[in-house]
Amino acid sequence: MAKDRRHPNRLGIWGWVGGGSWGPDRYLYTLHRITGLGLLAYFLVHVVVTSSRALGEAAWEASMARVSGPLFVLGEYLVFVAFAFHVINGVRLFFAELGWGIGKPIEPIYPYRNCLDDQRPWALGALLLIAVLVVVGALDFFVWH
Amino acid sequence: MSNGNLPEQIVFRIRRFAPGRDKEPVWKEYPIAYEVGMTVLDGLWKVKETIDPTLAWRASCRMGVCGSCGMLINGKAGLGCNTQIAELGTAVVTVAPLANFPIVRDLVPDLRPLFDAHTALSPYIIRADTAEQEEPTREYYQSAEQMEAYLQFSYCIKCACCMAACPTCATDPVYSGPVALAQAHRYNTDTRDDGFEVRKEVLADEVGPWRCHFAGECSRVCPKGVDPAKAIQLMKRQLVADALGLRKKPPLAQPVEKPEGIERRPGIPEAPPPTV
Repeated sequence: MAKDRRHPNRLGIWGWVGGGSWGPDRYLYTLHRITGLGLLAYFLVHVVVTSSRALGEAAWEASMARVSGPLFVLGEYLVFVAFAFHVINGVRLFFAELGWGIGKPIEPIYPYRNCLDDQRPWALGALLLIAVLVVVGALDFFVWH
Repeated sequence: MSNGNLPEQIVFRIRRFAPGRDKEPVWKEYPIAYEVGMTVLDGLWKVKETIDPTLAWRASCRMGVCGSCGMLINGKAGLGCNTQIAELGTAVVTVAPLANFPIVRDLVPDLRPLFDAHTALSPYIIRADTAEQEEPTREYYQSAEQMEAYLQFSYCIKCACCMAACPTCATDPVYSGPVALAQAHRYNTDTRDDGFEVRKEVLADEVGPWRCHFAGECSRVCPKGVDPAKAIQLMKRQLVADALGLRKKPPLAQPVEKPEGIERRPGIPEAPPPTV
């Protein structure tokens, strides 16, 4: 068999953020994936930590002591931020991916409009709501408590 | 000569790759004289004619119809022939081959993955009355509203710009990509077509639309305004509705009965006989 002399040019994970000049919706896509993976990692750690309760009160107290302190408060806040983004953006995506808020097919007449134009108010609204939650969450984590 | 805000001379920064000679693509720079109205494709011709005749790319119509000259221009996928250098507004124009496809040479991508995915989704009218299709006697009736449901997606020229921009295509070689999926939806929505069940079998698999998470890059870069992201999301709605038994299947378009007792207006010639 002849050797393949072509150069593989798939961007890979780097293509989520780099390798070209991209639009804002791509970064929402990337952030959605990263926050999803972050939340998954948190849940795995969460299951391991809380399962120590099955080993008795002393084990539970010890594991709770290991995950306390300012660094873990910051970590929990980041989990909250990831959760706020993933849920609200996820709700937006749920409706968009079922064809709501993306407009109807139109005849393409230059300058072209596309579904991102129809989706823009929803994306901005979601980002605004996320920002409010992030600020309120910061006050709750670091000021009120 | 007025060049607007651009200097007399601009630099084409081109990603070159020669199979057998280069292990990795390399960037090379070519200064050329800018002329008003020059497109990126014109610039490539200028480089080839005056500096380096070995530069390779694919192009044909030079008018945004054939879809051959898709490339990354200043990082954004687009057609070389309908991208004005003045529109870019930069004195350095970077040109690279479309991402996510193997490079054959310089700016020539191997688009076989696109055409394989496209073929797998049966991008043509499927219906039982094959005799009428082979030897058409009448026209199928379709209302303006029915046509508008798919017309936008039928403007696709398969230039592959959308697939080069898609972040899912960047990581997932199995995913069919925006071209094939938009075309599958184009035919699924056509009231003359009865092939939804055939395409559904393919779409239900991992090649289907479920790996799209609405990054929207395909629609942003499409040089024909096809809006593949919209087609893919509408397809998801159609597939979900079908899975829930809620899909409203429009009646299959039927050949229009030839009106009887109507005289052709004088001066209007008869339609020519079918050629296919």
